Amino acid sequence: MAQIKVDGELIEVPDHFTLMQAAEAAGAEIPRFCYHERLSVAGNCRMCLVEVKGGPPKPQASCAMSVRDLRPGPNGEAPEMFTNTPMVKKAREGVMEFLLINHPLDCPICDQGGECDLQDQAMAYGVDTSRYWENKRAVENKHIGPLVKTIMNRCIHCTRCVRFTTEVAGISELGLVGRGEDAEITSYLERSLTSELQGNVIDLCPVGALTSKPYAFQARPWELSKTESVDVMDAVGSSIRVDARGREVMRILPRIHEGVNEEWISDKTRFVWDGLRTQRLDRPYVRKDGKLRAGTWREAFGAIAEAIGKTDGKAIGAIAGDLAAVEEMYALKALMASLGSTNIDSRPAGVALDPAKGRASYIFNPTIAGIEQADAILLVGTNPRREAAVLNARIRKAWRAGNVPVAVIGEQADLTYDYTYLGAGIQSLTDLAGGKGDFAEVFKTAKRPMVIVGEGALAGGPGAQVAAMAAQIARTSGATDEGWNGYAVLHNAAARVGALDIGFVPGKGGMATDAMLKASAKGKLDVLFLLGADEIDVPAIGAETLVVYIGTHGDAGAHRADVILPASTYTEKSGTYVNTEGRVQMTTRAIFSPGDAKEDWAILRALSGVLGKTLPFDSLQALRSALYGEYPHLARLDQIAPGKATDVDRLAGKPEAKGDQAFISPVSDFYLTNPIARASAVMAECSQMMSGIKQAAE
Amino acid sequence: MLDDKDRIFTNLYGLGDWGLDGARRRGAWSGTKDLLDRGREWLTGEVKASGLRGRGGAGFPTGLKWSFMPKQSDGRPHYLVVNADESEPGTCKDREILRHDPHHLIEGCLIAGRAMDAHTAFIYVRGEFMRERQRLEAAVQQAYDARLIGKDNIHGWDFDIVVHHGAGAYICGEETALMESLEGKKGQPRLKPPFPAGVGLYGNPTTVNNVESIAVVPEILRRGASWFAGLGRENNTGSKLFCVSGHVNNPATFEEEMGTPFDVLIEKHCGGVRGGWDNLLAVIPGGSSVPCVPGEKIRSAQMDFDGLKEVGSSLGTAAVIVMDNSTDIIRAIWRLSAFYKHESCGQCTPCREGTGWMMRVMERMVRGEAQKREIDMLFAVTKQVEGHTICALGDAAAWPIQGLIRNFRHVIEERIDAYTYKSTSDGAVPSVAAE
Repeated sequence: MAQIKVDGELIEVPDHFTLMQAAEAAGAEIPRFCYHERLSVAGNCRMCLVEVKGGPPKPQASCAMSVRDLRPGPNGEAPEMFTNTPMVKKAREGVMEFLLINHPLDCPICDQGGECDLQDQAMAYGVDTSRYWENKRAVENKHIGPLVKTIMNRCIHCTRCVRFTTEVAGISELGLVGRGEDAEITSYLERSLTSELQGNVIDLCPVGALTSKPYAFQARPWELSKTESVDVMDAVGSSIRVDARGREVMRILPRIHEGVNEEWISDKTRFVWDGLRTQRLDRPYVRKDGKLRAGTWREAFGAIAEAIGKTDGKAIGAIAGDLAAVEEMYALKALMASLGSTNIDSRPAGVALDPAKGRASYIFNPTIAGIEQADAILLVGTNPRREAAVLNARIRKAWRAGNVPVAVIGEQADLTYDYTYLGAGIQSLTDLAGGKGDFAEVFKTAKRPMVIVGEGALAGGPGAQVAAMAAQIARTSGATDEGWNGYAVLHNAAARVGALDIGFVPGKGGMATDAMLKASAKGKLDVLFLLGADEIDVPAIGAETLVVYIGTHGDAGAHRADVILPASTYTEKSGTYVNTEGRVQMTTRAIFSPGDAKEDWAILRALSGVLGKTLPFDSLQALRSALYGEYPHLARLDQIAPGKATDVDRLAGKPEAKGDQAFISPVSDFYLTNPIARASAVMAECSQMMSGIKQAAE
Repeated sequence: MLDDKDRIFTNLYGLGDWGLDGARRRGAWSGTKDLLDRGREWLTGEVKASGLRGRGGAGFPTGLKWSFMPKQSDGRPHYLVVNADESEPGTCKDREILRHDPHHLIEGCLIAGRAMDAHTAFIYVRGEFMRERQRLEAAVQQAYDARLIGKDNIHGWDFDIVVHHGAGAYICGEETALMESLEGKKGQPRLKPPFPAGVGLYGNPTTVNNVESIAVVPEILRRGASWFAGLGRENNTGSKLFCVSGHVNNPATFEEEMGTPFDVLIEKHCGGVRGGWDNLLAVIPGGSSVPCVPGEKIRSAQMDFDGLKEVGSSLGTAAVIVMDNSTDIIRAIWRLSAFYKHESCGQCTPCREGTGWMMRVMERMVRGEAQKREIDMLFAVTKQVEGHTICALGDAAAWPIQGLIRNFRHVIEERIDAYTYKSTSDGAVPSVAAE
């Protein structure tokens, strides 16, 4: 600990603290532009200058100078810093004046207006007049992609965006070119950025130089209602804030959650909101004479009741999709049970995940924050950059900080960090599990090794075997020893862990997803409920099956459906989601559903009444108390009910290879993984850009 | 006054052989091994005792700088970096060493390397110095061939010299920007602390020295610290290369004792001021970045660190720019402002925005197209830049203007009056900025 006097008040702070942190600990506010907690220190804006005693006689950048850098007084007095002296005031006014002389006075038309650091700090630390009579600098705007709009006149050269893209996102595509007054931020040759995290530079930019292109001129921050919620675009469950005006979501921003997303979100999370408006199912539809026709709820329910009346439970099935919340899956499971059916599933065809093997067998046991403690990481059949971009940034963070060895079995993709490539598929995994190769040694000596298993590895025939071998590697390398469980399953869908938690899998004698599809093709399945399930092989559904689609968007499932029941998206309902690490989180309603659309659980409850199997809850509260009674851990929001390491040990099996199948990540296109994203024009543009169909538009 | 026998650089004008044989005849590379064998402490102590202050401009004691290097290596290599990025307008001393006496520098590198336990030296040569670099590279090759340096050399201290070519940015003469540039990055100064002696080139302990500071070291050690300390006066010891340019009869680069009065310097080496001493307007005594001094104040000033401080300026690189009465002093300082605006790296705010602002105001003042209150404003702006930046380029841009306003305010005011006199009948003075 080091002692320091801040504005005369003696405080004690840890040795490694900077002056800025010390000042904050003492309650003194220090303005800043370039400094950001999660980026390297640049010290170039000079806004955080303070006066020090025990150091150089000039104002010092408090973000860069450490408390240790100051010398104690001649009699051992604690060094002093001042944040409110005339020298500091003058320095701040001076820097503010310099920042403003070339900054355009276009606040009235600037999207940053109202949430602009420069605006706020100019009010607090600037002077009210200008002495600058020369012409202002003009800078050409740059094209850096379809997501981030640039108005480079406003840039104050803090280089936060450059540091973010290089350090966190792992792409060296933004930079400061030129020098002096003519220095400009630009992407390499003005090409579009290729990061899935690029939207974060919008939040980082302290001025209006980088703003959201889709959101441009749409709204002002003070007219938006802000709702704290959770993202469902991937299984990470990033904390978000949904900003809405009236019945429309205008933008989505990240919230800080150290355990999950720190303060980043992926571009899909941020820019998917235009997909919430388009392709929406806003009234019930019933297929008549081969064509879907808009109808009433009564007609829709009637059609379902008729079909169910003609069959029995064994020929009824239900599949839950990627975006389903726990509540509606619970309701659907209860309804199916009352209809006498055990044909329920929430997993994509053939994926070897089974809640019977214990929670540790299907969650990301070491937790996302735990990635930073890992000292060796093995990725099996996953491309985290596409499947969970924010989680990938964590791996990169660990790799950057500790040079953690990473190895990959699966796709050889650019993950933004270096890794040892061990092979494409099951053969390589078998070798590693058998202790062959250099990396087996690295893994064995590691204290906190981590095996991340993706859905791509668990799919297909040998999925169970892959899980067994991965668990074996974890077990033999000590990843399941006391205090550490390094077996991590990385899911792709927000609904998955919640579904497994409540056992939304085939009951006794029940059919799994692929069995249901096969039965349907043979005409042995009469009614199939799709709870927002679009990622299954829809064309494989037989013509004689009555498909009931409960969902939000006119996507694959809705096109095949015979009855469509319009439901609510994650921004329109309060729903429980369990992320890949098993963290229970809840979304909050930000807007109302369009048209006749209802909340999913309420649709199922109403349907159960029509079918004469009335579910025992009349409100969301009643549903939840029943749910929590059965699964108490779901009541503990933002907490993780840890899995047992012994479950992983039990999962482990002998390495034996059958076939030499390659692991393929199920996410081939980051931007189009769910119905909402597929309805979004912005995501479509990004997808085209990435796949090279569309070149950078000027 | 410096006697010929006390001269260190005896081939300053390239009249003799620059190569190894010539250098040996002039005394270089003699007894180097004995010096090295006396060890690190002795070498550093001797340089400290000689009172040698850095010749690159800031005048930091060289021996003291060396002593900041870690005494015990923690496994990281130590590096010596020689700053040959001589870009300060008016300065042309290192260039003469590089092309005419390169072996002084190479020998100095070896000795300085021994004094800081470094086995590698990087010499960063200014981008525009093409011939000088070729000459230096040839000399380094000669030294390698003669096994004076390199692995298993005759001196028993493995030592490599890497000559690196800059790309022509003034800012790369700043020590931390130079290291960035050496590492292959964009030349932008780093934040200090950490200082280079702790975390420098490639993260390793590094000392950056000027060419002249290193090149004089072998002679100092051979002749003894007391000899060097005997020249000049206390705190300002030794001899120094001066480069006089501008309105003197014979502009020249020459070696002279520190503390020699300005008029002696000019009369002896440069044939006096053009048009006589009464014609002297002002002098910039230490390269473009120091404040100018009016002629009457500088005439008897002692040309060393303390002597020039007394007249409100500083020795800098000892590049003396003499200006006679034919000079438009405002325009001359404006030109320097334009230089600093062009060379600012753009990293930190006060320098990036301030240099352009200062230059533009100066531009108007050259024409007199300004208000008198703007003189004070300009002065305030220079004060807002000075001391608020990451490196010293902000200071260097501010000082010439401060010198101008302090010493020649009346000239600026007269210029403004003359311009205002031409104003239109309704009193308006046409302004470029207002258009």
